[in-house]
Amino acid sequence: MKVSLFITCMCDIFASNVGKDTVEILERVGCEVDFPEQQTCCGQPAYNSGYLEESKKAMKQMMKAFKDSEYVVGPSGSCVGMLREYPKIFAGDPKWEEEANKLAAKTFEITQFLVDVMGVVDVGSSFTGKITYHPSCHMTRVLGVKEAPLKLLENVKGVELIKLPIGEDCCGFGGTFAVKSPVISGEMVMEKSRHVTETGAEYLVGGDMACLMNIGGRMTREGKNIKVAHITEILNQH
Amino acid sequence: MSLKISSGSFENRVQRGVENDFMRQAVSSAQGRFKSGRLNAAAELGNWEDWRTLGEEIRTHTLENIDYYLQQLSEQVFKRGGHVFFAETAEEANEYIKDVIKKKNGKKVVKSKSMVTEEIGLNKALQEAGVEVVETDLGEWILQLDDDVPSHIVTPALHKNKEQIRETFAEKKGYDKSDKPEELALFAREQLRKDFLSADIGITGCNFAIAESGAVTLVTNEGNARLVTSLPDTQITVMGMERIVPTWEEMEVLVSLLTRAAVGQKLTSYITAITGTRLEGEVDGPEEYHLVVVDNGRSKILGTEFQSALHCIRCAACINVCPVYRHVGGHAYGSIYPGPIGAVITPLLDGYEDHKELPYASTLCAACTEACPVKIPLHELLIRHRQIIVEENKTSKIEKLAMKGFAKWASTPAAYKISAKMARPALKPWTKDETIKNGPGPMKGWTDIRDFPAPSRQGFRDWFKDRDKGGDA
Ligand code: SF4
Repeated sequence: MKVSLFITCMCDIFASNVGKDTVEILERVGCEVDFPEQQTCCGQPAYNSGYLEESKKAMKQMMKAFKDSEYVVGPSGSCVGMLREYPKIFAGDPKWEEEANKLAAKTFEITQFLVDVMGVVDVGSSFTGKITYHPSCHMTRVLGVKEAPLKLLENVKGVELIKLPIGEDCCGFGGTFAVKSPVISGEMVMEKSRHVTETGAEYLVGGDMACLMNIGGRMTREGKNIKVAHITEILNQH
Repeated sequence: MSLKISSGSFENRVQRGVENDFMRQAVSSAQGRFKSGRLNAAAELGNWEDWRTLGEEIRTHTLENIDYYLQQLSEQVFKRGGHVFFAETAEEANEYIKDVIKKKNGKKVVKSKSMVTEEIGLNKALQEAGVEVVETDLGEWILQLDDDVPSHIVTPALHKNKEQIRETFAEKKGYDKSDKPEELALFAREQLRKDFLSADIGITGCNFAIAESGAVTLVTNEGNARLVTSLPDTQITVMGMERIVPTWEEMEVLVSLLTRAAVGQKLTSYITAITGTRLEGEVDGPEEYHLVVVDNGRSKILGTEFQSALHCIRCAACINVCPVYRHVGGHAYGSIYPGPIGAVITPLLDGYEDHKELPYASTLCAACTEACPVKIPLHELLIRHRQIIVEENKTSKIEKLAMKGFAKWASTPAAYKISAKMARPALKPWTKDETIKNGPGPMKGWTDIRDFPAPSRQGFRDWFKDRDKGGDA
């Protein structure tokens, strides 16, 4: 199967390892991976701030970049969720509506792709450690991916998966919210950090790097010794 | 009181909220109870998603034909001996009600809980006209004694604990017993009983008005609405224009959703219906009945992208799952309607000017949208508000420039690639051990609270090109 990696700007700049892990996992399950160089950002920072016209410029760039791809797979529930919203945003646009529909239909978040498209729940990974999983908001509620990451994690040999209390609650990232409303965002991430600590896990695992940066950044600030890992990092241990 | 409940700045209100440990404790434990209650009740009912879809369909249909149903409702109320008044504004509603009371020479009003009367500031208007008003919902009564405002649309005194309530009772009503909830409630009952018996006017809100029969239904747990609607001879119902259903059949669906979504109950202790006046041959009912239908900005929302906000059945499920609400509390919103639904409807009813922060008081985590029993896409409506604020040119210059820059950056791959490469050296002055603890400019909001990682050492793009096997893939 031919897959184009949608790395997401966040991982492109701040977490290149997530891109690498995603590529390697996809190859392990038999995909042929390419990387369309013209991709940039899904447009979400502008879209969520209400800058529709500005966000559309980014979105059009993404539609162009992935025009020839068979499948587009990215390591983020939130950014993939954004791509899946393009049809709503470009509905009625004579030039872009069709492209938006096409891109949304072929784009998947990595765990969703592995489980729902490839039918794989065991990617042959093994990892020893206690982990807890944060089901990020857009992954679960915008994209609707709740089970796939857990199924994959449950099949990692050696892993002990501990449930995160009130895991479904937002970590307080919210894109520009984190800098625009630092007080509320701060309270939210402190609470999340408390919940993670309560689990006694050594690793906090998630499918959205931005949320992990937020929670992880708070935990290191608090001097906590809990590491954060994108789910692909765990799945690529073998 | 009216829709707007505070003149202080949003930042100050938030700060006050997060510093109020007691309130946060109370809100957080209540949210936990409400949330699990809702999930259990939904699971028990089964097919919750189908119920939600049905709820959404009923609300959509009703709002799309609201002129028809309001007409039908008023004809039915009229047939049953009642009067109907359509108030375009809060003032018109208040004037009408004052007038009714004056004509009856009324001195004392008992009220059951109603958000719309809070919205229009009815109590204040009546008191200024020399009428005594007594709230009979326990939470509302506590707030009234304390001259406080609701912080939640279903449990208005959520922000108060029993010690505070005991103090209020002691100070205002000479209460001298413990802070045991049973004793407090018993005391409130004894006090309120006197008011019920001496009141000449009863005023209630409305959960669902039934167009087909002209009945107004009230969903309560304390039974106070029963007394309000059965003791005084003159009855006034105040309803938000959208609080209407075609027939009892739709009412049954919505009430099933409402009580489950609100507190996880299959049904509340009381569902009260009042239908016009006592007609000849009937054994009870009021002598005089008035239905006041309040527009107050609602019809402006009809036909816009925000129409679905009028589908709200005021269950507060969105508030009960909102993490922002949990940390700041209801008063921080500065509106009688807090939480996600408040952030959506307050600017619609009262303009952006006084409420411009509300659309941003959300991480867009969509917990509200997922919880809403009638599927209002709350977080999407918040984004739409933000778009309008941008369209109306009301955002800061700096933000506008930043977003323009973003658009250019994200639509020019070459520029994007260079900046991605440059990010690491550019942030170097602030980086230590792969971490930024004191970021420059807008990063400060982030790094005041948490660390920020340094951009990756080896870029993904270089790695992908360089590697032996996949380079040509
Ligand atoms: S918006 Fe939905 S969840 Fe919120 S109060 Fe209204 S009906 Fe309930």
